[in-house]
Amino acid sequence: MAEPLLEVKNLKVQFPTEDGVVKAVDGTSFSVAPGETLGVVGESFLTVMGLVTKREARISGEILFRGQDLLKLPPEDFREIRGAKISMIFQDPLTALNPVHRVGNQIAEVFQVHRKVSKKEAFDEAINLLQLVGIPEPAKRARRYPHEFSGGMRQRAMIAMALALSPDLIIADEPTTALDVTVQAQILDLIDQMKKEFDAAVILITHDLGVVAEHCDDIMVMYAGRMVEYGEARDIYYGAHHPYTWGLLQSIARMDQARTERLRPIKGQPPSLIHVPPGCPFNPRCPYVMDICRTEVPQLIPADGHHASACHLPLSEKERIVKEEVLVH
Amino acid sequence: MSTHVAERTEAAPRTDRAPLLKLTGIKKHFPLTRGIIFQKKIGAVHAVDGVDLEVYPGETLGLVGETGCGKSTLARVIMRLHESTEGTIQFEGRDITHLEGKELRALRRNMQMIFQDPYASLNPRKTVGAIIGEPFRLHGTVPKNRIRDEVKQIMQLVGLNPEHYNRYPHAFSGGQRQRIGFARALALRPKLIVCDEPVSALDVSIQAQILNLLEDIQEEFNLTYVFIAHDLSVVKHVSDRVAVMYLGKIVELAPGETLYKNPKHPYTGALMSAVPIADPDLATVKKRIILEGDVPSPINPPLGCRFHPRCPRAQLPICAEQEPQLLPQHPGQVAACHFPLEDRAVITEDIETPLHKAEDAPPDGQTAAKAPDPSQWEPGNAE
Ligand SMILES: Nc1ncnc2c1ncn2[C@@H]1O[C@H](COP(=O)(O)OP(=O)(O)OP(=O)(O)O)[C@@H](O)[C@H]1O
Ligand SMILES: Nc1ncnc2c1ncn2[C@@H]1O[C@H](COP(=O)(O)OP(=O)(O)OP(=O)(O)O)[C@@H](O)[C@H]1O
Ligand code: SF4
Ligand code: SF4
Ligand SMILES: [Mg+2]
Ligand SMILES: [Mg+2]
Repeated sequence: MAEPLLEVKNLKVQFPTEDGVVKAVDGTSFSVAPGETLGVVGESFLTVMGLVTKREARISGEILFRGQDLLKLPPEDFREIRGAKISMIFQDPLTALNPVHRVGNQIAEVFQVHRKVSKKEAFDEAINLLQLVGIPEPAKRARRYPHEFSGGMRQRAMIAMALALSPDLIIADEPTTALDVTVQAQILDLIDQMKKEFDAAVILITHDLGVVAEHCDDIMVMYAGRMVEYGEARDIYYGAHHPYTWGLLQSIARMDQARTERLRPIKGQPPSLIHVPPGCPFNPRCPYVMDICRTEVPQLIPADGHHASACHLPLSEKERIVKEEVLVH
Repeated sequence: MSTHVAERTEAAPRTDRAPLLKLTGIKKHFPLTRGIIFQKKIGAVHAVDGVDLEVYPGETLGLVGETGCGKSTLARVIMRLHESTEGTIQFEGRDITHLEGKELRALRRNMQMIFQDPYASLNPRKTVGAIIGEPFRLHGTVPKNRIRDEVKQIMQLVGLNPEHYNRYPHAFSGGQRQRIGFARALALRPKLIVCDEPVSALDVSIQAQILNLLEDIQEEFNLTYVFIAHDLSVVKHVSDRVAVMYLGKIVELAPGETLYKNPKHPYTGALMSAVPIADPDLATVKKRIILEGDVPSPINPPLGCRFHPRCPRAQLPICAEQEPQLLPQHPGQVAACHFPLEDRAVITEDIETPLHKAEDAPPDGQTAAKAPDPSQWEPGNAE
């Protein structure tokens, strides 16, 4: 594998609140390389890059970008890297686009700020980008306001803006949740295509296990602020090792399933991040819970090279369960 | 409730009975006005533009389609929350299109709605017991001294702890709030429940709990559902029949399985082929039909077939001039298209024919349409 572009080591993020400390991320490590897409699924994952600018957050650990720890940088240097090398795509493009400025001007501004080009050149670049992301009649569209775009086009415009400076890392936080499937497919293909074009790395955060299956190389499953499983897409879909991942896979409705089959939900509710259960955070909902699970926090242990899970069940037992109980529909 | 895992029996065809709900030629247009003091009508949003639909007792009818195609508007017209612009609504054979006052209130006992947002639809200042018991007080169907017991019974039924009778909504999670909304809808034992995106705001693992609950209750009370959602796998899972809407009209209607395996309308085909599959191997062999362009504006819907500016199979001039009618296809299936898809086109055949490949002849040897001028299929060009 290529040198990692981003390496996160033992990251912890906490928010002090009136009711207690919210442990939003509780000791998570991972990395992504150029040309790779990492999928993040599950409950509670704090969008790593966005949060660093959140003042109220308490953050520890390391976030190495090309070997440089972003958490140690002075705020202005961090903002420079974030602005130029790391781009974010959000669920709701309206929050990212300024409603009172023409779409083309907003993209052009990114060039003017970071690249000292003339206004005219910047606007022409913006039109090129709108064309690249598949907006028809880009010259005309660049002069429109965000509310004059449909949901799908706004999402494209935001991607155009995110790509303006050829980022090395693209973080897409539920980029298609608000869109319907046909537009969703277009946008995800576009992100894939842009990843190739710029040789960028992508982190795709989503609730949709279908989306990760089609677009990700590696998958990271989060529960209660912790990584509970990590592996290649095939490891996760055909040989998952964690009861929470099994629960996710079983609870989704599938197109190829007969109408008579019943869904198998995970029982209970996700825990509060203030009062995370002791031991394994999944233990109150886990059908395989053992005594040790209520006291000892399971560590993330690799089964073979890449594929790791944090669960006290013996490996042989995990392999048996996934074959005999999980994958039989 | 969530512990019993008995397999359901395959739904018997229910369409031989008299429909519970029947819509004929339903239209809902929202006027577009200009001017603040003297409002001048300058056009209309054709949100629902001629829908005929029958819903049978005990069935779940799914409703899908792109954002803005008119699903929620249709739901509100059915519920008589919007006055329809044209057409008639019949409930149990009776014309309810213009019911008012007392009669409309009586009707509401039989028809209820659950909404997408379990946060916004519950009054934060009322206890859960008061929220669920409200319909009893409004309609006087249960004597005052029995309301509490009755409410606790419903809470039990939907999987809420009856001891939480006196709690406020904010103390409940999203999934539990959706159960509260459902309990309130069930209080009067309605015959029809319209569910507008009931699980979209919930976590995957909680979605499945609510979907199972909806099914259990349906069997117990012989309920009829109209079920709207974006997630096609969810719709297919819960529905006996699924209606596909495009720009204010139903373009295809069929049992979910038929729709998935043998869609006839090219829009349905594109929709089915775009559904993400939670299986990496299947995902790589799946054929996808990519739709170019965005949904046209419902202010000036295209003439002829409304889908023609984006349709990979469109043949001009017929598709741009003649509006296709809903015609029978496979048993139980109707579709509105002059050139319906071949069987199993999406699953087995390579019909990757987006507009820019239109020069390749489609598999049946018909000549494909020339790619239309993009300026035609852009919304917002109505200036
Ligand atoms: N500023 C803040 N103050 C306190 N708690 C916060 C703050 N920001 C986030 N959190 C908490 O951190 C946890 C993780 O938040 P995050 O937004 O990453 O969740 P998520 O998995 O993305 O959720 P969703 O699926 O709803 O998008 C949540 O429990 C949230 O309440
Ligand atoms: N009160 C209103 N006044 C004017 N236009 C409206 C009104 N309500 C809805 N519309 C328009 O009618 C069309 C249909 O909207 P509707 O909410 O029914 O769509 P939908 O299919 O439910 O979409 P979604 O999947 O996004 O919920 C849209 O173009 C919408 O902008
Ligand atoms: S550690 Fe125990 S409780 Fe946690 S997932 Fe594994 S078996 Fe279940
Ligand atoms: S009628 Fe013509 S344009 Fe409309 S869906 Fe059928 S082939 Fe396409
Ligand atoms: Mg989030
Ligand atoms: Mg809606």
